[in-house]
Amino acid sequence: MIPLLLILLPFVAGILSFFVKSDNGGKQLALFFSIATLAVMLLGLCVFNQSAYHHFDVSWLVSLGSRFTIGLDGMGKMLCLLTAISFPIIIAATYNNKYKSSNNFYALLLLTQAGLMGVFVAMDGLLFYFFWELALIPVYFLCSQWGGEKRIAVTFKFFIYTFIGSLLMLVGLLFLYYKTPQHSFAIKDLYNLHLAASEQNFAFWLFFIAFAIKMPIFPFHTWQPDAYEQSPTAVTMVLSGIMVKMGIFAVLRWLIPIFPDAAAKYGQLIIILSIIGIIYASLIAIKQDDVKRLIAYSSIAHIGLMCAAIFTMNSIGLKGVMLQMFSHGINVIGLWIIADAIEQQLGTRKFSELGGLAQKAPTLAILLVVLAFANIALPLTNAFIGEFLMFNGLFQYNVYFAAIAGVGIILAAVYTLNMVQKVLYGNTTTITENAVEISGNIKWMLAFVTIMILVFGVYPQPMIDLTKDTVQALIK
Amino acid sequence: MNKLVYLVPLFPLIGFLINGLGRKSLSKSLIGIIGSTTILASFVVSVFLFMDVKAHGASVVTAFNFINIDTFKVAFAFQVDQLSSLFLLIITGIGFLIHVYSTAYMHEEKAEHFGRYFAYLNLFVFSMLLLVLGANYVIMFIGWEGVGLCSYLLIGFWFKNNNYNYAAKKAFVMNRIGDLGFLLAVFWLIAKLGTVNYADVFAAANTLSKFDVTAITLLLFVGAMGKSAQIPLYTWLPDAMAGPTPVSALIHAATMVTAGIYMIARSNVLFSMSEVTMNLVAIIGLATALLSATIAIKQNDIKKVLAYSTVSQLGYMFLGLGVGAYTGAVFHVMTHAFFKALLFLGAGSVIHAMHHEQDIRNMGGLKKKLPITHATFLLACIAIAGIPPFSGFFSKDEILAAAYAHNPIYWGLGVAGAAMTAFYMFRLYATTFLGNFRGTHDQEHHLHESPKAMTIPLIILSILSVVGGLIGIPEILGGHHELHHYLSPILISEKAHHIEHSTEYMLMAISVAIAALAVIFAIVRFSKKPELKDATGIAKAMENKWYVDELYDAAIVRPLEAVAVFFKNIIEKSGIDAFVNGVGKFVNYSSRQLRLVQSGQVGNYILIMVLSIVIFILLWFYDAGIIRLVDKFF
Repeated sequence: MIPLLLILLPFVAGILSFFVKSDNGGKQLALFFSIATLAVMLLGLCVFNQSAYHHFDVSWLVSLGSRFTIGLDGMGKMLCLLTAISFPIIIAATYNNKYKSSNNFYALLLLTQAGLMGVFVAMDGLLFYFFWELALIPVYFLCSQWGGEKRIAVTFKFFIYTFIGSLLMLVGLLFLYYKTPQHSFAIKDLYNLHLAASEQNFAFWLFFIAFAIKMPIFPFHTWQPDAYEQSPTAVTMVLSGIMVKMGIFAVLRWLIPIFPDAAAKYGQLIIILSIIGIIYASLIAIKQDDVKRLIAYSSIAHIGLMCAAIFTMNSIGLKGVMLQMFSHGINVIGLWIIADAIEQQLGTRKFSELGGLAQKAPTLAILLVVLAFANIALPLTNAFIGEFLMFNGLFQYNVYFAAIAGVGIILAAVYTLNMVQKVLYGNTTTITENAVEISGNIKWMLAFVTIMILVFGVYPQPMIDLTKDTVQALIK
Repeated sequence: MNKLVYLVPLFPLIGFLINGLGRKSLSKSLIGIIGSTTILASFVVSVFLFMDVKAHGASVVTAFNFINIDTFKVAFAFQVDQLSSLFLLIITGIGFLIHVYSTAYMHEEKAEHFGRYFAYLNLFVFSMLLLVLGANYVIMFIGWEGVGLCSYLLIGFWFKNNNYNYAAKKAFVMNRIGDLGFLLAVFWLIAKLGTVNYADVFAAANTLSKFDVTAITLLLFVGAMGKSAQIPLYTWLPDAMAGPTPVSALIHAATMVTAGIYMIARSNVLFSMSEVTMNLVAIIGLATALLSATIAIKQNDIKKVLAYSTVSQLGYMFLGLGVGAYTGAVFHVMTHAFFKALLFLGAGSVIHAMHHEQDIRNMGGLKKKLPITHATFLLACIAIAGIPPFSGFFSKDEILAAAYAHNPIYWGLGVAGAAMTAFYMFRLYATTFLGNFRGTHDQEHHLHESPKAMTIPLIILSILSVVGGLIGIPEILGGHHELHHYLSPILISEKAHHIEHSTEYMLMAISVAIAALAVIFAIVRFSKKPELKDATGIAKAMENKWYVDELYDAAIVRPLEAVAVFFKNIIEKSGIDAFVNGVGKFVNYSSRQLRLVQSGQVGNYILIMVLSIVIFILLWFYDAGIIRLVDKFF
């Protein structure tokens, strides 16, 4: 029941929101339902934690061999929890932002949440594809309707990228479907497909490219900085906090178990690409003059490390990936909240126009410093454990890879501290002279994020235990 | 008793939280009291722990499982043993004095920033205590990065000044380079031994291959280079003087920068197994000691002289480690903590009196106006110059004797460095305190001795600088070297010195004589006629730190930035992005063309439909064939 509710609550709320007339109605509805979804998720983790509550199965498109099968395993729980926590934070932190026809905005946002939940619980190939698209399509509209100046061009680019990915994946899915003896999309049947090496070798790429674009890893990443920059920040948070995890999740759930031989064969190539991406994105981040673009490139570097750690296929690396999916989501949302708070207040995100905010807004400064150090994985922040385990996995795979990827942690310090310095320190500029302290929702949401960073940084064990089963299954 | 070890880091953490959260509402005096008493409380507990260890030996106290995955575990555990208890005393003892000193030194700050300062300082002590208390390399690393964070925050404490911010960032980034080495060493240990606990690692050390041990110790040493400012990662430390002076005393002289020495001493079982690493440690240490001593000779900023002196003294400690004199190195950490903290605090007192003047060319004759500062500073100078029976003599002598046993050339160079140390310290002393006052009239008018909160720590530290060496009197001078006995369960004792007693006496006499000559020369040379003119020739190169910063800038920073710009503008924009946009344009174009197909003529539609069906059927039949075709490509 739990996974069904996780999808239905935001879905129904999203549909309702289209019909809300008042200005604030959509907003209130979205906040209420996202909190309700979080409550369901927490109940599912703490009270109704028997597996009977975590699976749901009805017949759906029987003629196509697809059933509406959804279920929560460890990784699913982790990512649903991330989604469930993130949406109330995102909605609350951007609560005071004004959108034209805001009920539609929130409706689309909620539909995205429904799609994301669906992706993380789907146990049927076609269903997965359906939710994948459900999560993406509202984002096109959100970006093209409510985005920045260059939104049309950027949405188009984003669309082309992801659409090509989706098409390739669809072809791959159909291929798999025809390969199953009973013509089915059920995950069990797909897992039991023992494809010949040659079949794996090409079908692997159909899926991988789709997922690589979504993550994104080098060189499939150029949609991302633009999309992050041009989308309304609430959408950027969804994109980078949760949606990029779809790519990583999908590799772990749909790619590696179905194409184990190809994953082993091309693993090294992908790890190399990921590591190139880490260094490449980090270096570019050093030269950015825009808060949002810097965070975007920083995020590409982080995702690169996760992707590399996945393909090491050892337990320690995979555990790091699991943990980091959650931590990265929380932390990057925190960074976006700050970026948005600055932009809403001062109307600029350019480093050259910022500076001296520590004098004007000390609370913002403290929270940004905490987030910045979480971004560079300082110990006792949540990101440290994940990175530590992932680097460990990478090291066991290949010493040199770990050493080269490790340069990324040095560069991360460079660009992150650049950002901190240029935003917070030095003298105020004509723009930042009149800056005021953050308050209300923004402050509380950031405080909440900060607390999570520290709590999971000091005591990560519950999170590690949550995804044990998934890692076990993957290693096999 | 040892269960109380939690309290040691806990008190400063509480202080950090109270001062950090209450910095806007608490009064300055309350902030100062909270900041200082928490450290005092830790010191008291540390004393008890020290007694306990002395009586009952070492133990490990586990708090909780930090990371527990089936393949390996990391416990949040504390190591209470001889080495850590000694460091606890140094950190909390000197830490407390510096907190007290800070209450007066930072008094000009607004309450809010005063609170921020003490919060950072408490957080630093907390991290430093974690670093030395951790019972495994991961906890050590947590403290290791934590002190780096606090160092960053405190160097850039006056954040309006962008030069300070650059210095802070430089310190953090250079430390990160070292940290990567540390991390890789930890990964290596995990890969080979599956554990990071000291006890388990050292017990299993002999199962490691020669290559593994060398690689692990070299990587650990890279970490130590960053934190303890050794060649090539030393240039951040002089810049770190941007921070408030008590911070320089605590972090950049007495405690944090000795973390590298602690780490190697802690891992002495591993290091002793690799001759390659040991030699490298000794050579790097010696080279750093000499290079920075030459730079210190020509510096005119009072704090810069002390900074290069610190780098140089750290080099001696590494020399000690490298020749196997672990106790000597730890001994020197301790005595150096006393006299270098004293020197920095004395410098702070001078800077305070001179209204933020740091250039010694504008000082002179401060002896009369600042009697306590002058007397304590002089004692510290004698201690660092290695004049017996002051503390620096014993620790430096122990390192030099071990160096001689290892290789007489090391000893010779070490003595040369010691002579330079004595020279630049007394150049500093003479230029600052002797002769006539050279500052402005206004400065002279306001010259005054610092308040008690500053002078009392100076006096306590000067006593320690004088007598601190007595716990390590070598046997040939009739002592028992208590420190050596105390640390012997942890540190492999150095190979028996194959030096005759007569030789040892002679070495001692030579080094003391040379140092004394250097002292006298410097006083004679600089007390009447200080160096006021700009340096030329080779002296200019020394004054400009041998242009190492410029070299790093040209060889590393700028090329890296050029690559970054190339990636950003060429590959990203004109390469990948242009390609993608090209695809986009193509799609756009072709869809415009394709629109023409939708002509509204049913016949065309049917034709296309039929064609498509035919293609599909063909594909259906030949799907195996297509797969084979695709095979060829993959």
